[in-house]
Amino acid sequence: MWSIIHKMGSPPWFFRFSGTLVRWLLPVTISLLLVGAFWGLLVAPPDFRQGNSYRIIYIHVPAAVVALAGYYVMALAGAVSLIWRIKMADITMRAAAPVGAVLTAIALVTGAIWGKPTWGAWWVWDARITSMLILFFLYLGVVALFQAYENKTAAARACAVLSLVGTVNIPIIYKSVDWWYSLHQPASIKFTGESAIDSSMLYPLLLMILAFYCLFALTVLLNMRADLVWAHRESSWLKQLAGGA
Amino acid sequence: MHPIRKQRLILVSLMVVLSSVAIGLVAFALRDNINLFYPPADVMAGKAPTDRTIRLGGMVVKGSIERSETELDTTFWVTDYEASVAVRYSGILPDLFAEGEGVVAEGMLDASGTLVATQVLAKHDENYMPPEVAAALEGKTAPAEGTALP
Repeated sequence: MWSIIHKMGSPPWFFRFSGTLVRWLLPVTISLLLVGAFWGLLVAPPDFRQGNSYRIIYIHVPAAVVALAGYYVMALAGAVSLIWRIKMADITMRAAAPVGAVLTAIALVTGAIWGKPTWGAWWVWDARITSMLILFFLYLGVVALFQAYENKTAAARACAVLSLVGTVNIPIIYKSVDWWYSLHQPASIKFTGESAIDSSMLYPLLLMILAFYCLFALTVLLNMRADLVWAHRESSWLKQLAGGA
Repeated sequence: MHPIRKQRLILVSLMVVLSSVAIGLVAFALRDNINLFYPPADVMAGKAPTDRTIRLGGMVVKGSIERSETELDTTFWVTDYEASVAVRYSGILPDLFAEGEGVVAEGMLDASGTLVATQVLAKHDENYMPPEVAAALEGKTAPAEGTALP
């Protein structure tokens, strides 16, 4: 257990390990996205109330779910960075922030596109939507804060504090539709009991969520690898790897 | 664990817990402002201000929609199964607006307690199903009106 964690902290080991992972993850992600999109957009039945417009759920919900989960990845990396001062944790945190920001933006934009025909408004200052916008700003804040510092260790420390303080927003987003009166409907997928979405529509949705998790992992790994190459451009292990390849 | 790391772990945990408590208290204090709308029961109890724009949310009472023959004027009642408030609106309603469905209307209360709406939004629920399933459910167990809360 500890030896793996120690290895994870070593750039050459991580670079090789992530390389193998990316080679596997890339075809898996692409196939999951293709199958999920085909299933959700073409095979799944239309909704009894919304017709075909509900199909944007297959982008909106996966993006939102992974945007929330991705924040925990970033915050956890921040905690590891603060406590153990592992460089690799800094890199993980920095790599996750822009990916999370893009996913949050996708969730917000698809939500607005979906909201216009169903609710009758692009944007409502509802608890769910507003807290999601705050999540977007938190992600952007981490990205900007990292850029603002010349000293990357200090930057990582500031970003870690920001992302850890921001974790309080995640349960707020998740429970906002239950705690307050909102326009956004409550969750359709339930962890306990029967989901409020028919299984013929649920299975492609779960597949798309899985696909988005893979996509997140893939993009973060690629982002980290790019960072590692830049940080270690003078290192012998990287030159050896580049020469050998 | 190394004592310095242990200390940092405690510090990080404290930071997360204290910031959560702080933001939780703020959210609790502002809960009336975070709510998007007032339910009809609160409006009838006089908890909603009458001198400025408010939002009213609930279900459209079945059989209450009255459309004008010549204008875009519509009136309907909104209920939370405790109380009902009449809404008057002139404009195009969203596609999902229907009797027995959720709605959020924005506007001002007039002297008679009717909400003169400037915007009406449809609030749909979390249920998604194919038309056949919906038809089958409708045929078998149509819920009795006014028995369950939304």
